[in-house]
Amino acid sequence: MFETLILILDATLRVSTPLILAALAGLFSERSGIVDIGLEGKMLGGAFAAAAAAAVFGSAWIGLLFAIGASVCLALIHGFACITHRGDHIVSGVAINTIVAGLTVTLGLDWFSQGGQTPALTGDARFTPITFPFAEQISDVPVIGLIYSELLSGHNILVYLAFAFVPATYWVVFKTRFGLRLRAVGENPHAVDTAGISVALVRYRAVIICGVLCGIAGAYLSTAHNAGFLKDMSAGKGYMALAALIFGKWRPVPVLCACLLFGFLDAVAVRLQGVSLPGIGEVPVQAIEVLPYVLTVLLLAGFIGKAVGPKAIGKPYVKERA
Amino acid sequence: MNQAKVPAWVSVGLIPLLNILLAFLVSGLVFLAIGEDPIEAAGYLIYGAFGYDEGIGYTLYYATNLIFTGLAVSIAFKAGLFNIGGEGQAYIGGLGVGLLCLWFDSSLPLIVIAPLAIIGGALFGAAWAYIPAYLQARRGSHIVITTIMFNFIASSLMVYLMVNWLKAEGVMSPISRTFEESAWLPYMHDLFSPFGLDIGDSPLNMAFILALLCCVLYWGLVWHTRWGYQLRTVGTNPTAAKYAGIDNAKVTIWVMLISGGFAGLVGVNEIMGVNHNLLLNFTAGYGFAGIAVALMGRNHPVGIILAAMLFGALYQGGAELAFEIPTITPEIVVVIQGLVILFSGALENMFKGKIEGFFLRRAAA
Repeated sequence: MFETLILILDATLRVSTPLILAALAGLFSERSGIVDIGLEGKMLGGAFAAAAAAAVFGSAWIGLLFAIGASVCLALIHGFACITHRGDHIVSGVAINTIVAGLTVTLGLDWFSQGGQTPALTGDARFTPITFPFAEQISDVPVIGLIYSELLSGHNILVYLAFAFVPATYWVVFKTRFGLRLRAVGENPHAVDTAGISVALVRYRAVIICGVLCGIAGAYLSTAHNAGFLKDMSAGKGYMALAALIFGKWRPVPVLCACLLFGFLDAVAVRLQGVSLPGIGEVPVQAIEVLPYVLTVLLLAGFIGKAVGPKAIGKPYVKERA
Repeated sequence: MNQAKVPAWVSVGLIPLLNILLAFLVSGLVFLAIGEDPIEAAGYLIYGAFGYDEGIGYTLYYATNLIFTGLAVSIAFKAGLFNIGGEGQAYIGGLGVGLLCLWFDSSLPLIVIAPLAIIGGALFGAAWAYIPAYLQARRGSHIVITTIMFNFIASSLMVYLMVNWLKAEGVMSPISRTFEESAWLPYMHDLFSPFGLDIGDSPLNMAFILALLCCVLYWGLVWHTRWGYQLRTVGTNPTAAKYAGIDNAKVTIWVMLISGGFAGLVGVNEIMGVNHNLLLNFTAGYGFAGIAVALMGRNHPVGIILAAMLFGALYQGGAELAFEIPTITPEIVVVIQGLVILFSGALENMFKGKIEGFFLRRAAA
């Protein structure tokens, strides 16, 4: 029983990682007032770029760089449309998701001739698990041994990175001057403008950070969690990250908890497939899969707490002229 | 401010056209990037879509779905709402159509089943849009997010129903039994053949006529009823609407019901017209493509028909293209679709200021 729990939690960490990265990406963007439903597309684009570059150069790190590059480019398109040209944030996000969904397969087929996939990655082209010191030796120690060797040790670097980004995001958003401006731009851009700070510049920076984090999330999907790019491999994770962002009320630590909860549900759903629970019977997998979305809707409806987003979110900022 | 106005042909004609051209230009660059000649590719595309009877039939069949989802997105836009849940509403609408066909196909004639299924599909789609609409109108939750969530919920619900309840006996894949022929919408080629007209076999069916009727309904509703006036007022200026005594929440809920109803009719074309059984993933992204159709069609039924035909042609031509040039996938059409959304939606203001400024200055001079 305890071992099963540890294994589920272990899976939870692995499934939550891309959610955490993408949700934090969304946090930066949305805190600055830019709605981002393009998390999905940026992640998918990043996944493709990472797998393609890793396949060509044989290095997961170069793949990561390309993933970040591709994702930032997409983020800048989003910024160009929403910040510079005051376009609709949702429309722009949908556009990015659509373009990436088509472009990854088109380019993949042209470059690798494998029906839109990238070649299977092996060796250095993937991020491999890191085993903590003494993990082998103490794995027999009751409770702690299993937690240390199974749950904490044996993940790849991007998993640890994702968790490290949570306090880092907290610090940047709530304890730095940039973070103050970021939040101010999302709540009241006029005040920021009056203080002589460029609203557009702050928002562009936020969007770029969003791109970087989505790129890492994408690289995790194709070069760490899987061994190569598959068509539509982000499979709605970007939207789930968006749900987690709202569920966590745009704050880093609650967002982390939401991602872990959603990841846990995912891990449990896989475990419970075809298993009959005592007293309840067989729980349909779909009922668990759908919980993150149902919970988010309930939260948005105000039945469990209240989710209030940044005030100026989704509104283009028009500088007033005398 | 001077009173000079931008000529109508500039704001409805020139600027949208320029945006579309730019989208196609960039699409051409994508073709160049994968080492194909865009002109040659366009040739295959156009031939595949319009060059022969079956091609035209397929183009119009795809266009049917796109008209439904385009109208769905568009009518919500009229009230300033973004219904991104067309995909889920179409899915559940199809469920409604499928259930009615499964229940009545052996007991009722087509003349009764068809209207029943059409109403059923629309009602199921509308019901799926109702909850996000209610939450937006009465509890202030953002409709974009809730409709996205409802797409996923619809998808899980359908998998559950298909696998556990509706799957035909003796098959592995989650598809229902095939309907009796009394629940098949007639194909266009079967309708034309008694008159000696051979238009080639294609999935084009009576649902196309239904789509055109919906365009008329849309036009009448939006521009020729009191409710349509309320709808457009809410969309243009919700505060003014409120002071004029319009119940914004009520308009929001009703427009989403109609929007979901339009989207649900995709099920009539797909389930009753073509597949003749209930299956998974028949919506195939039409809900999202509807956004491109609505944007490109400038939220007018005529524009929506034209845009749906264009995208239908791209779908059909894209399949032909992938057949002729094996190094191209039909997914390239999705890229073009995305670029259209980007340039005629998100970047619609890119040239607007400059061009309008030019004409304003000219008018003032």
